[in-house]
Amino acid sequence: MTRQNDPPLLQLRNVNKSFGPVQVLHDVSFEARAGEVISLIGDNGAGKSTLVKCIGGTYSIDSGEYLFDGAPVHVRSPRDSAALGIEIVYQDLALCENLDIVQNMFLGRERKRGLTLDENSMEQAATETLASLSVRTVKSVRQRVSSLSGGQRQTVAIAKSVLWNSKVVILDEPTAALGVAQTAQVLDLVRRLADRGLAVVLISHNMLDVLEVSDRIAALYLGQLVAIVERSSVNQTQLVELITTGRSDSITGVPAGAGLTGASA
Amino acid sequence: MTTSGTSATAAPPDPDSAPDPNSLAVMASTAPVGNGIGDYARNYVSRLRGGDMGSLPAITGLVVLVILFGLLQPSFASLYNTAVLLTEGSGPIVIAMGLVFVLLLGEIDLSAGYAAGVCAAVMVRVMVGYNAPWPVSIGLALLTGIVIGTLIGLLRAKLRIPSFVVTLAFFLAFQGVALYILNNGKGQQGNVSVTDDVINGINNGQMPLWAGWLFAVLCVLLYAGVKLSASLSRRRAGLSAEPTSVLALKVAGLAVLVGGMVYLLNQNRAIVKTSSIENVNGQLVRVAPARLEGVPWVIPLVVVLLVIWTFVLTRTRYGRHVYAVGGNEEAARRAGVQVDRIRISVFVISSFMAAIGGILIASNVKSVSVDNYGGNTLLLAVGAAVIGGTSLFGGKGRVIDAIIGGLVVEVIYNGMADLVKGTNGSAVQYVVTGLVLMLAAAIDALSRRRAGAAGLG
Repeated sequence: MTRQNDPPLLQLRNVNKSFGPVQVLHDVSFEARAGEVISLIGDNGAGKSTLVKCIGGTYSIDSGEYLFDGAPVHVRSPRDSAALGIEIVYQDLALCENLDIVQNMFLGRERKRGLTLDENSMEQAATETLASLSVRTVKSVRQRVSSLSGGQRQTVAIAKSVLWNSKVVILDEPTAALGVAQTAQVLDLVRRLADRGLAVVLISHNMLDVLEVSDRIAALYLGQLVAIVERSSVNQTQLVELITTGRSDSITGVPAGAGLTGASA
Repeated sequence: MTTSGTSATAAPPDPDSAPDPNSLAVMASTAPVGNGIGDYARNYVSRLRGGDMGSLPAITGLVVLVILFGLLQPSFASLYNTAVLLTEGSGPIVIAMGLVFVLLLGEIDLSAGYAAGVCAAVMVRVMVGYNAPWPVSIGLALLTGIVIGTLIGLLRAKLRIPSFVVTLAFFLAFQGVALYILNNGKGQQGNVSVTDDVINGINNGQMPLWAGWLFAVLCVLLYAGVKLSASLSRRRAGLSAEPTSVLALKVAGLAVLVGGMVYLLNQNRAIVKTSSIENVNGQLVRVAPARLEGVPWVIPLVVVLLVIWTFVLTRTRYGRHVYAVGGNEEAARRAGVQVDRIRISVFVISSFMAAIGGILIASNVKSVSVDNYGGNTLLLAVGAAVIGGTSLFGGKGRVIDAIIGGLVVEVIYNGMADLVKGTNGSAVQYVVTGLVLMLAAAIDALSRRRAGAAGLG
């Protein structure tokens, strides 16, 4: 599935970001490949959210390189990242409860026919997208989001990124508020996104989720990217070590930096 | 601990959502879902249970009130009073239509009443003082409304002053501005009479009888056409459409309602119907009393406004974005909606509609005085929107809510006015209107809680 030989779809090199005197990101190098789920783990305050906001363009990077599909780009606003095909599904679900599923999926990018909205084509597209993702839990795409469960809402938010042919999807704690069955459904959906050839970045505190769905795992510790490791080469204890101390002597995988320079060469 | 795609499909189904493996396939197929009036009724009931009451409480209240007042005093149900009720209510109703937009964003416009007063004052001053023809004076009034709305919107959106405070300040200031305009400048001072027949005719003139019927037919045809073409195109696209039986019922219902109204208004509703003997040039002649019949011009005007704004809210991208900002501002912003522009625009619409409402109030009483735009006007308008089913919390509401709620308020006002005689009449009026507004807000809050609970489930 993972196309190791292509350049990474999204690549950050030696990115620094400070807020006043506080340096939040130190020389962070991060990448996401098409067809791959890469998880971003780290304790609170490690810089996960800042990194995501830098990728999304909410924050601009102070120094470092931002490459998309191998070419350097300047991302200064969420609009820029959206134009590149980067979709961020936020933890607090950016959905309008008073609108239905179709209206939410097309919010801000409504299809029009002349002056009026083209409801039929939007409804068809939304239905097809959900069906293509094998989403079965939604009864009608004309249901209001307020009537959906947490898992269904997460599903809608994720399906939105598929609808828009995004290339990179960043999921911020998609399972944080979900029960066991719903978590399984969402993780399944995450996996299917990668199988479709999207680059998926999963941010999670839940090591079980991370281990279940990831291909690779990147660990942030106090603003530094301390490791990018293959899923197959780590266990839960090692991940917890990485999160809490920033290193794990028992890991045999590639340390951060080494793998990245190899990939970009 | 597998990463294969089949892990979750084997997981136990979500107990909350009753997964139906065929549901999406059904939706995508050409057979419309639930194509029966029974299914439609069941859907409706479950929506009600979920807290989505819409205008049902208001319509029920309206029917109950009309019957109640009609039984208590026959004069209430008279044709004459019905027409009075509709024309009197038109001003607050039109102001309420604009307020719906502001309420949809969870904002409030307390200044709408006096904004209407300022606009009407501008209109009457240029008309009386400077002999401006009616299109000019009306145009200037509407322009004043747009300027006022832009100002409020900018203060709210750019300086981030809560709308309650901005519009409360303007509520006070506009009272003074309206007073100043009415007490200064050329022409009559104080309570200024509207001299233009066209403007007075909006509320006091009647359509020819045939025009009333034509209007009724056009209303029904327009409604049926829109509904039918939407239904057909949904069927063509293979989407579930409203059952034909329901559609036919709705059109028939509207036809009965509109037809009945036009029929009643086309009757002679003059209070004096017997002819009198008068001395004309020294000869005694039997003079037939003036007939008062036909649909007041203001009614098609209100209907046109209803159609325009409903179209804007439900069929355009702009309307969709208004709902989105009202539902979840942050989500709308992230989706690329220009939140500030939407926020400014709703205040512009509100003040623009307030200007029209102000003109209608002036037309109704054929004069402009600050008293006619006082606290009442605004509270009636806010009450109308909320009673009709527009939520004070934002995100939920329709333009027609303003009409339904406005009729409720007007029925209470008009009905109570004659019911309680003497000095306590207006006291009781205030109390009852206040209680009804409170009741409407309570229903709103409760249904919101209920919807929230349903949303989690």
